[in-house]
Amino acid sequence: MGLLFLLAGCSASGTWGWYVINPATSQGYNNIRFLLNGFGATILLSLIAAVLSMCIGLIVALPGMSSNRWVRLPSRVYIEFIRAIPLLPMLFWVFYGLPIVLKSMGLSVNIDAFWGAIITLALSDSAFTAEIYRSGIQSINKGQTEAAKTVGLNYTQTMRYVILPQAIKRILPPLANQFIYIVKMSAFASVIGMQELTRRANELVVTEYRPLEIYTLLILEYLVLVLIISSGVRWLERKMGSDESG
Amino acid sequence: MPGKAKAIEIKGLSKWFGDYQALKDIDLNVAHGERIVICGPSGSGKSTLIRCINSLETHDFGQITVDGIELNQSKASVAAIGAEVGMVFQQFNLFPHLSILQNLTLGPMKARALSKAAAEKRAMRYLERVHIPEQAHKKPSQLSGGQQQRVAIARSLCMEPKIMLFDEPTSALDPEMIAEVLDVIVDLAEDGMTMICVTHEMGFARRAADRMVFMDNGEIIETGSPSEFFDAPKTERCKTFLNQILQH
Repeated sequence: MGLLFLLAGCSASGTWGWYVINPATSQGYNNIRFLLNGFGATILLSLIAAVLSMCIGLIVALPGMSSNRWVRLPSRVYIEFIRAIPLLPMLFWVFYGLPIVLKSMGLSVNIDAFWGAIITLALSDSAFTAEIYRSGIQSINKGQTEAAKTVGLNYTQTMRYVILPQAIKRILPPLANQFIYIVKMSAFASVIGMQELTRRANELVVTEYRPLEIYTLLILEYLVLVLIISSGVRWLERKMGSDESG
Repeated sequence: MPGKAKAIEIKGLSKWFGDYQALKDIDLNVAHGERIVICGPSGSGKSTLIRCINSLETHDFGQITVDGIELNQSKASVAAIGAEVGMVFQQFNLFPHLSILQNLTLGPMKARALSKAAAEKRAMRYLERVHIPEQAHKKPSQLSGGQQQRVAIARSLCMEPKIMLFDEPTSALDPEMIAEVLDVIVDLAEDGMTMICVTHEMGFARRAADRMVFMDNGEIIETGSPSEFFDAPKTERCKTFLNQILQH
């Protein structure tokens, strides 16, 4: 609310120059198109990173619940280590450093801004998804695992048919939060030159000198994206909830 | 009985939970077709004992042999014994996200590679045996406690075990549902199933047990036929326990 008053006050004093993104003018129209074209990259980047993060997270989480501490250890170390690295330094390391490491190992892989950002987001987020899986899986009553064992299921079958289908309902809301987090953090990809929402806004600001209007629109773009995701998740939760009781 | 393996042979079994010794040097033999009821105060190690038999708990010392297979830490022995032993839990532990039928067919299909049709046929046979075939397509949460426990029994039977373990199968039930579950267990007993049942239902014990085992403090204090056990308990501890439990 405060922000709205502030914005209203600004407009009254003539601070605003909305012409820069006014679709009625050809300049504004072109600018808006330029900005909105960042949606595709932001969405694709976030989606791939989220899917990867969910896979890595599961692979990390499962051994983390072993009763054997030596099996648990690598998972613990991974989570603590990855969680401790801020996103931006990790992005720089992956984008500028990782190709050098790979090259020294004889792999000449070119990591472009798109994949650099995806790898970073997926790795960084996987430590959190791993913890989400762990708490979700551990919240399922131990009796379920025991019953699965007494009907002959092995570990993989127990996870696949008994534990994960029950845990997913509890895991889904925090996973959705993580997806929203990834969408927002994908803005960092702009600093390595990825043409997503934030990068485009920055470039336009440099040519048009209207940071207030352009960044305001940028924030609204993320807001719309996040609202769409969260309503999608609520729909999914309702659907799964009704399945359970039926 | 030389030459013929017992259903279950337990020798010198001990188990600790940290510093607490839950089982102290337990010896127990169960013959094929024998029905044993284990009773005793809570914390006496009854549940731990039967959970050791199907390796839901690992034991620290001693030997467990089921149908000639010695239980060690190898996956092969755990699986081989698991295939012989069925278990019914106090809290039923049905899979809440699956229908009753799916609860019954999951094990046979995934662990025994039965076809869906064969598994469903078998499931319906055992649901009829526990008198609730009409509930096959409901979810566990739509059934009463007694019905859920009967489904749990049927789920175990679907794996066609030679031995059934019951861990206080009626303790979580409302009183009016206890009989329907005990009737099913008695029915199984009369069919010659080898079983060990941990329970406080003394009427049931008299009706169904070949032998009573009384445990206290991680030890087997007394064993005997139901008539010896109820009418002439030998030890003070057992007398006290029976007095407490039969007063109500």
